Amino acid sequence: MTEPSSPLVARDITLGYGRSSIIDGLNVSIPAGSVTTIIGPNGCGKSTLLRGFGRLLRTREGEILLHGAPIDGMRTRDIARRVAILPQAPSAPEGLTVAELVSRGRHPHQSWARQWSSDDEAEIGAALALTGMTHLAGRPIDELSGGQRQRAWIAMTLAQGTEILLLDEPTTYLDLAHAVDVLDLVDRLNDELGRTVLMVLHDLNLAARYSDRIIVMKEGRVVTVGTPQETITVEMLREVFGLSATVMIDDESGAPTVIPHSTRRATRIPVD
Amino acid sequence: MKTLSELAPRAPVPEPRDGAGSPRPLRIGSFSRLWLPRRAVILVVLVAVLLLAAGISLATGDYPVPLFSVPDVLLGGGDPLDRFTILQLRAPRTAIGVLVGVALGFAGALTQTVTRNPIASPDILGVSAGAGVGALTVIVLGSNTIVGTVVAVPAAALAGGLIAAVLVYTLAWRGGVDGFRLILVGIAINAVLVALTTWMLAGARIAQATEATVWLTGSLEGRTWEQFWPVTVAVGLFSALSIVVVRSLPALMLGDDSAAALGVRVGASKTVLLIIAVGLTAFSVSAAGPIGFVAFVAPQIALRVTGAAAPPLLISALMGACLVTASDLIARTLLPSPLPVGIVTTAIGGPFLIYLIIRTNRRAAA
Repeated sequence: MTEPSSPLVARDITLGYGRSSIIDGLNVSIPAGSVTTIIGPNGCGKSTLLRGFGRLLRTREGEILLHGAPIDGMRTRDIARRVAILPQAPSAPEGLTVAELVSRGRHPHQSWARQWSSDDEAEIGAALALTGMTHLAGRPIDELSGGQRQRAWIAMTLAQGTEILLLDEPTTYLDLAHAVDVLDLVDRLNDELGRTVLMVLHDLNLAARYSDRIIVMKEGRVVTVGTPQETITVEMLREVFGLSATVMIDDESGAPTVIPHSTRRATRIPVD
Repeated sequence: MKTLSELAPRAPVPEPRDGAGSPRPLRIGSFSRLWLPRRAVILVVLVAVLLLAAGISLATGDYPVPLFSVPDVLLGGGDPLDRFTILQLRAPRTAIGVLVGVALGFAGALTQTVTRNPIASPDILGVSAGAGVGALTVIVLGSNTIVGTVVAVPAAALAGGLIAAVLVYTLAWRGGVDGFRLILVGIAINAVLVALTTWMLAGARIAQATEATVWLTGSLEGRTWEQFWPVTVAVGLFSALSIVVVRSLPALMLGDDSAAALGVRVGASKTVLLIIAVGLTAFSVSAAGPIGFVAFVAPQIALRVTGAAAPPLLISALMGACLVTASDLIARTLLPSPLPVGIVTTAIGGPFLIYLIIRTNRRAAA
């Protein structure tokens, strides 16, 4: 499973909180320059795995390799220059403005003397522009809508300027149109700037539409890894999600599309 | 690796804050900062207010000296009687007031930012009371020697403050420190320490108990240069130490996960920052007793004046100095009989705490 071109590799890792372990002996590798999405039912360890890759949670056993080197022994700052992670439901203090939040993304590149270089300024400006937040730069985060808030945090993660982006449910709080905007941006960062993206998504159709690779997880294990066509199947949905559904192939994108069956609703549709 | 700017090459310069004056980049060689003109104006105003209050404080007393001859005396001139009155009798009091205010304002800004909680300041969480118990132990045992004042009292205050801080933090710890639990535990420990203080006073001899009672309300009365030096050295050392670690504060304000993701060593940074705050508080207590609410109020006023998301450190420190100096002046002159400075600051701080708790509750309920 380990490929030489993988910037991130998990080797026999065990992760957990307190005494209980959520992930036990997991192996997976993330291909360079790809968009990989972790899917799975609630509580299957998706976010835990993402946190492990960003070293927000240390492995109890096994190791995570960043370009072949174990991240456990690395300096936090060196990791932050190469891997940016957007945690789930982050919170900003009351009154913090969008520009102030986004500028914190430059922290790993700054030093005591250098705290507002022209590089910092250019990257912050670009991150704001790419997320469509420039006109809101001076506004406090707590006055924004959920969608705008989420984009502000994504902009901060982008300003970090890392080759790897870890995004924990970047489309939470977003309506479908804004979710598509964010994922289009992710696609652009991957395609035009060569960023490697690993994210957790709940929406299977969006996962199928925007990913090169899908990692399917259940109960702390990796069930299967592959392209959306290989992984998002009627059998997988039944076994992993306990969901009865039809999978159709979207004509335009060729991505699988999940149409869930309802045992109740079908009987209520009037037939004439 | 390609940068973001290549995708959005001519992005406009961001405005970090609406209505705060345009922020300006300051770049000299490889040194760069973003500075806010409005904060610079506030800083200058505070320095002016502080100089004026300190000047009036030096000029006022049983033997009044004209305000305009104060600078003359400080620069080495003036009438010999004026010189003696100002330099030997009044200057230690004023200087200690300024330093204690700086230490408390700075310490409060640090703890409020690190814990992301406006109520979490050393005076409310029992650190001042802990330092008070430490210092009181030495005073009650009798420390009318120079070694006692310069070494034993500050050392005991530091030990007491650290023990109280560790105790509060450990009891509030449950796989992490939740802001609300920290405050409840802090208030409880504070109450225990205050009770301990009363018990110690009850057992002390009359003379020492009287001295200790005045000291415990936070007083600048009868300060001499002996009390000035420990707090000066402490403020100098801890400020120097903080220059390096405060850089992690903007990231820490976003919570532990985000700070770690930005490359901050969260545990280590928080520990050092809190030790600095406890140290500054303890030394200020050893010099002037626990002057209530300054560490809590000064950063909150600084926050409101600047409109920032967290109390700016330098402005909080200066605000603390202005608050202590002005309160001492009020305590000495405007009130019918001279009172310790701590009474005035508590009179300002108490209502402010109630206001903040009510506001926080409303927000939580909304």
